[in-house]
Amino acid sequence: MSEQTAVAEQQKTVHLIFTRQDGPDSKPYKEEFHVPYRKNMNVISAMMEIQRNPVNAKGEKVAPIQWESNCLEEVCGACSMVINGKPRQACTALVDKLEQPIRIGPMSTFPVIRDLVVNRGRMFDALKKVKAWIPVDGTHDLGPGPRQSATEQQWRYELSKCMTCGVCLEACPNVNDNSAFIGPFAVGQVTLFNAHPTGSLNKEERTEALISDGGLQQCGNSQNCVQACPKGIPLTTAIATMNREATKHMFKKWLSF
Amino acid sequence: MSNQTDFLNRRLHSLLGVIPVGFFLLEHFYTNYFATQGKEAFEGAVNFLWGIPILRFLEIFLIFIPLIYHAFYGLYIVFRAKNNVSQFGTFRNYMFVIQRVTGVITLIFILWHLWQIWFQTFLDPTPTANELATETANILSNNITAILYGIGVISAVFHFCNGMWSFLVSWGVTVGPRAQLVSTWVWIVAFVVLSYFGISSIVAFHDPNFANNVSALQ
Ligand code: SF4
Ligand code: FES
Repeated sequence: MSEQTAVAEQQKTVHLIFTRQDGPDSKPYKEEFHVPYRKNMNVISAMMEIQRNPVNAKGEKVAPIQWESNCLEEVCGACSMVINGKPRQACTALVDKLEQPIRIGPMSTFPVIRDLVVNRGRMFDALKKVKAWIPVDGTHDLGPGPRQSATEQQWRYELSKCMTCGVCLEACPNVNDNSAFIGPFAVGQVTLFNAHPTGSLNKEERTEALISDGGLQQCGNSQNCVQACPKGIPLTTAIATMNREATKHMFKKWLSF
Repeated sequence: MSNQTDFLNRRLHSLLGVIPVGFFLLEHFYTNYFATQGKEAFEGAVNFLWGIPILRFLEIFLIFIPLIYHAFYGLYIVFRAKNNVSQFGTFRNYMFVIQRVTGVITLIFILWHLWQIWFQTFLDPTPTANELATETANILSNNITAILYGIGVISAVFHFCNGMWSFLVSWGVTVGPRAQLVSTWVWIVAFVVLSYFGISSIVAFHDPNFANNVSALQ
């Protein structure tokens, strides 16, 4: 009887293996944890359990796992990490749906700050580079903006869901230390702002920036991004749209010498 | 002003892969396919090609230089990717990797093929189509060589067909997922057809009867 309970107790734990790193320059290492199982647990709540009782599988008291999260509903993109080989959001990674042991590590495309905390700064630099905004700031009222058709709105809505989570960069074979590729998401954002009636006034500028070094041309059509994006953003359609735009832009520029 | 050399280089690489390199591949397959109709037919096709004025000039400027650019820039692209099919085992990701692998195989094959066949005609001040046909049949009579040529030809065809799929995306011709899917099927068919033509030519040269009999094959 008591033995059975013990077995049942044992089964009711979650086995996690983390790739940890104590600081930006320190060596990564693996550490295992067993945390008590609760119904509907996700990776974040499992890590909170470790925070409460930071004892590893060997029974040693260690520093709790560090990670970032805000919304806990897959809209902020802060909690991206590699879970069982796939980059995804920890807050929507349900323990019941994951194979154990659950292997968790930081996204390797970004500099690690500590444990699962990475610096996604390069993504914000990329957005600045391609001017992913609509410059309408001024001192006087410009009146209402132009109207958009329902189809336009829908297309732009899909693209607007990007949360700069970094998953598409992690999934892309062409985003790595050897290449300067800014990543699929930036192409999606240029498409978004170029498709806006007011935004299209600065279309050329964005396209121009998008085809500068490390830009659009670095895409090699592995199409991993569109498969990996948690928001289902039509990234490959955006890439091909911008490819067409870039082709036109190129000819236009040559012909207007 | 931003710097667009990277963009132009990449687009040039893509364009040269189709015109003239891809075009030359098709022409080469067409000429070689005459071998399936016997030695004389092949010689006729070769003599027709050799009759083109300024042939050496065309060879250098329309084939060699574009090919060298495509090859070297291609290698640069290959070595910059971190392949991750173990993590993302999707069809397109496999195509991405195979495109790079076949590119390298094709390059090695072309160098070997040039050395074995083209270079000899280059050294010979008065090459004849007859000599070329005999020499080619001689080289391909070896089983191992014929198999390696088969691998080289299939790699080249794959690289061309999948490259065409990619070209259409990279120039913004096939934009949406449906267009890209249709394009995938079109290029699968092209791959099968071109592989058939290429392999048939190898088989024809490999045939011991190639030199002496025309009607034997019909
Ligand atoms: S495009 Fe998708 S995967 Fe890429 S950063 Fe945006 S939300 Fe994340
Ligand atoms: S916490 Fe915001 S996406 Fe996971």
